[in-house]
Amino acid sequence: MRYLPLSSGDRAAMLEKIGVDSVDALFVDVPPSARRTGTVDLPKVAGELEVEAQLTAFADQNLSPAKVPFFVGAGAYRHHIPATVDHIIQRSEFLTSYTPYQPEIAQGTLQVLFEFQSQVARLTGMPVANASLYDGSTAAAESVLMATRVTKRNKAVLSGGLHPHYRETVETLAHAVGIETEACAVAVDDEADVLKHIDANTACVVVQTPNVFGTATDVSEIAKAAQAAGALLIVVVTEVMSLGLLKSPGEMGADVVAVEGQSIGVPLSYGGPYVGLFAAKEKYLRQLPGRLCGETVDADGERGFVLTLSTREQHIRRDKATSNICTNSGLCALAFSIHMSLLGQEGLKRVAKINYAKAHKAKDELAAAGFDVVTPRFFNEFTVKLPVAALPVVEALAAKNVLGGVPFARLQDAPGFENHLIVAVTETVSDSDIATLVSALKEVAR
Amino acid sequence: MKFTKDHEWVEITGNEAFVGITAYAAEALGDVVFVEIPDVGKTLKKGDSFAVVESVKAASDVYAPVSGEVIEANTDLSGAPETINAVPEAGGWIAKIKLSDVSELDALMDRAAYEDYLSTL
Amino acid sequence: MNAESPKMNTVGRPSAPELAVETTSFKSLLGGRGLLQSEKLIFEKDDYSRTGVDFADIEIDAADLDGLLRDDLSLPGLTEPEAMRHYVRLSQKNHAIDLALYPLGSCTMKHNPRLNEKMARLPGLGDIHPLQPVSTVQGALALIDSLSHWLKTLTGMPAVAVTPKAGAHGELCGLLAIKAAHEAKGQGHRRTVLVPTSAHGTNPATAAFVGYTVKEVAQTADGRVDVADLASKLGPDVAAIMVTNPNTCGLFERDVVEIARLTHEAGAYFYCDGANFNAIVGRVRPGDLGVDAMHINLHKTFSTPHGGGGPGAGPVVLSEALAPYAPKPWVVAGGAGFQMLEHDEASSSANFGRMCAFHGQMGMFIRALTYMLSHGADGLKQVAEDAVLNANYIKASLQDVMSVPFPDGPCMHEALFDDRWLEGTDVTTLDFAKAMIDEGFHPMTMYFPLVVHGAMLIEPTETESKDELDGFIAVLCALAGAAKAGDVARFKGAPYLAPAKRLDETRAARAPRLSYS
Repeated sequence: MRYLPLSSGDRAAMLEKIGVDSVDALFVDVPPSARRTGTVDLPKVAGELEVEAQLTAFADQNLSPAKVPFFVGAGAYRHHIPATVDHIIQRSEFLTSYTPYQPEIAQGTLQVLFEFQSQVARLTGMPVANASLYDGSTAAAESVLMATRVTKRNKAVLSGGLHPHYRETVETLAHAVGIETEACAVAVDDEADVLKHIDANTACVVVQTPNVFGTATDVSEIAKAAQAAGALLIVVVTEVMSLGLLKSPGEMGADVVAVEGQSIGVPLSYGGPYVGLFAAKEKYLRQLPGRLCGETVDADGERGFVLTLSTREQHIRRDKATSNICTNSGLCALAFSIHMSLLGQEGLKRVAKINYAKAHKAKDELAAAGFDVVTPRFFNEFTVKLPVAALPVVEALAAKNVLGGVPFARLQDAPGFENHLIVAVTETVSDSDIATLVSALKEVAR
Repeated sequence: MKFTKDHEWVEITGNEAFVGITAYAAEALGDVVFVEIPDVGKTLKKGDSFAVVESVKAASDVYAPVSGEVIEANTDLSGAPETINAVPEAGGWIAKIKLSDVSELDALMDRAAYEDYLSTL
Repeated sequence: MNAESPKMNTVGRPSAPELAVETTSFKSLLGGRGLLQSEKLIFEKDDYSRTGVDFADIEIDAADLDGLLRDDLSLPGLTEPEAMRHYVRLSQKNHAIDLALYPLGSCTMKHNPRLNEKMARLPGLGDIHPLQPVSTVQGALALIDSLSHWLKTLTGMPAVAVTPKAGAHGELCGLLAIKAAHEAKGQGHRRTVLVPTSAHGTNPATAAFVGYTVKEVAQTADGRVDVADLASKLGPDVAAIMVTNPNTCGLFERDVVEIARLTHEAGAYFYCDGANFNAIVGRVRPGDLGVDAMHINLHKTFSTPHGGGGPGAGPVVLSEALAPYAPKPWVVAGGAGFQMLEHDEASSSANFGRMCAFHGQMGMFIRALTYMLSHGADGLKQVAEDAVLNANYIKASLQDVMSVPFPDGPCMHEALFDDRWLEGTDVTTLDFAKAMIDEGFHPMTMYFPLVVHGAMLIEPTETESKDELDGFIAVLCALAGAAKAGDVARFKGAPYLAPAKRLDETRAARAPRLSYS
């Protein structure tokens, strides 16, 4: 087998050194009832050629977004990733290293994490950020947990514009640990509704901008009102590219920010792995979940970086840890950081403006064709209220080789929202793609 | 000064007491990097966790050696947690507690008893 | 021609070192070490206006976003050559599996096949969107179904929840399924989880996290769960036990079947931490041991890259009793192809909720399935056998030099040593580990498991050749000799040759600097 270097001669010599006759003697502690003779009922060893053919067969049954006009978003976005990103993340020293427990031989990973944290802090407008979490939805859930720790209150209010998958992830984790949640009615443009649900037990309100319908909201007033009531404002962002154009959550007064970072550097990959960005105000530094990288010096006085404040983590605190998370999303954080460096402030602003322009062109053309665009203000994603149910429409569009968006009903069964179609338009979409979508929709959604 | 098996010390004046962690505990923790001090006004029952002392390798809860109300907390520790290592049983005090039950002191060890206890660890 | 003519060198250069100069204290002008360049932070560039992408700078009239536009963006940009230099220089400061042995016990740092990477990037797999209509992603659902089949068959378990994003997330998933199952049976009053003292820190952390009271179970002198102590603690208040098998001392729990029987008899569930599945994959099925739930770290047993600390993936196999409570979404095969059940009405109404947005770590599923298909059932069995053989070879080769806390019988995939053999040398486990860095090896896991003093846990994995192991063993023997001979400076100052000297963690934690300013 190509991944196993021991020869049968090696094995024999090693067994002799150990002082046993056969490898079976090394499994002597396995109870007799669980010992198996022979192999489990699965195919046998296969060469690269055969395996590649099998995996390609799976791939061939899928419709690749590269081949068709593509408008699917709602929490994961197709963007162009520079070739450099994938090349660098496949370098052995990044790909095949682990958590930097030995900082003397992990300064590469550690400096990247420090730069990543610095980029996330600036992008979100917050003073401190961690070294990443699993994804945006788990980051949102962790932010609610953190809010209950710092406020010593026990309820979270979730806006009606919060991505339903995020809401469910927050609810599952919150209820598991005994935190109450209150979800506002689904709404295209009413993030401020959370304020009506604040009471003396409210630890935080969670709003999303742009929200699942694409609506961008200035949350400054929500921040002030929530904080006056003793609650934290958590801002969720699922399209990180929007921060190239829109006011940062920090500037609008957020206490905690939970972001899905996939749009920068990470391929769609059918939903994961992605990278959760988590940032907060300085005073919550010691309450942050997950790994943190900090600057220090080595024995020669040279600048260096280490994982720090790890006493909050499970391997030391055990049953008193701030969360049960032990990994970050290292390689995706690296990909994010490389792509962010390649963009820089200039590149990010430019690509953000192109997203804005293309999305608004699509909206204008759909509106001109008589479709009801219900999102009032948006970055690169908006919602069309079709005259018919959206779920069969996207199937009909797919049959015409157009991936036309995400029906809200795919995410949640909400009465009154059966006809809502969420349409994302990024820099990867061409003018003719937009024209194709409009004409296809005219045919199938009437 | 009186001591607990959890390595807290209590220095009593009338019905008020300074509390902190012992030199033994400070040594065992290593370089202290952060101390979470209690809020003034907080009511404590004997045995409640009321502070956390963190080093690089461990975080340790500090338990109230006596019941009472926190009337002062050592805010200097926020900027200079190393004080706990330097003078654990003096300037490294963590809180001042107004005792609600002075008789609880009887259950604590004096220095000689505490040192005997340490020799058994 | 006169070969000794001094003229021969007058137009050339010396061809051998000329002088015996002292070189150890040499410092370069810029602070680098030759090929190991000193590299500034990207934030230390003077000019942030560069970019490595060529997008047009268009004008937009963002009327609808009036008052919502930002003007405070300050992020450095790099052109492509600058970016390559920056990250390649940084990469060279990392140890990696591809460089040398990385024997971190409990982490299974095995070779990462590059075919896995290639397959994860195939058009139609790496680029598909999680919310495309399911009719356009039948291959993706078939792949998840196939991965599930392999995981179920290898573990002998009837069901698997694939969405957890890492091992600890899988533990959380398993415990939430257990909690939901108890509540459904009117057993919600069970509030205790039993965890052996040798457990991974995540086990008690996860149990406490979801509101359980954690009680520790003692360990026997031979490094296993004390069954008598466990039996005495099992009762009507116990919801589950969490046992790692093979355990964190690298030993198989001989009494595991009895442990499962007692647990079930008490009405509790058996959660198995599958972190060490690599030792038994293809040879022992956890389902045959009485396990109710077990997470599988795809980045350990199934070779997906560790990536500097994630992303991982932690699918959880479940028994019949727990399967109905698995989180959504769920892939099912039907007459018209595969379906994705995403809503409460469609999936099992007993599901405990959702672990994350979308459907889990597909990129890791592709890599893990590629690895499984490559090895096949026979190859995977050989994986377990070679992993165990390599660990026992290390144990046998070093047990006379270092001290072994549990010397009797074979170990599984990792060899555990303690620090009794260092007594009186003034060298600690940490010092010894740091000296390994100077010899080009990554240190082993240290001070874990907590039940062994000064623990050194060595997991070579099956992808090390005998030559590599022999080299490693020779170095450890020589270092052990140096420690016992009193060469303390070799250890206290170590590492001498790494890209950085020992770092001041106290300083980092006292006044944390987490971002550039």
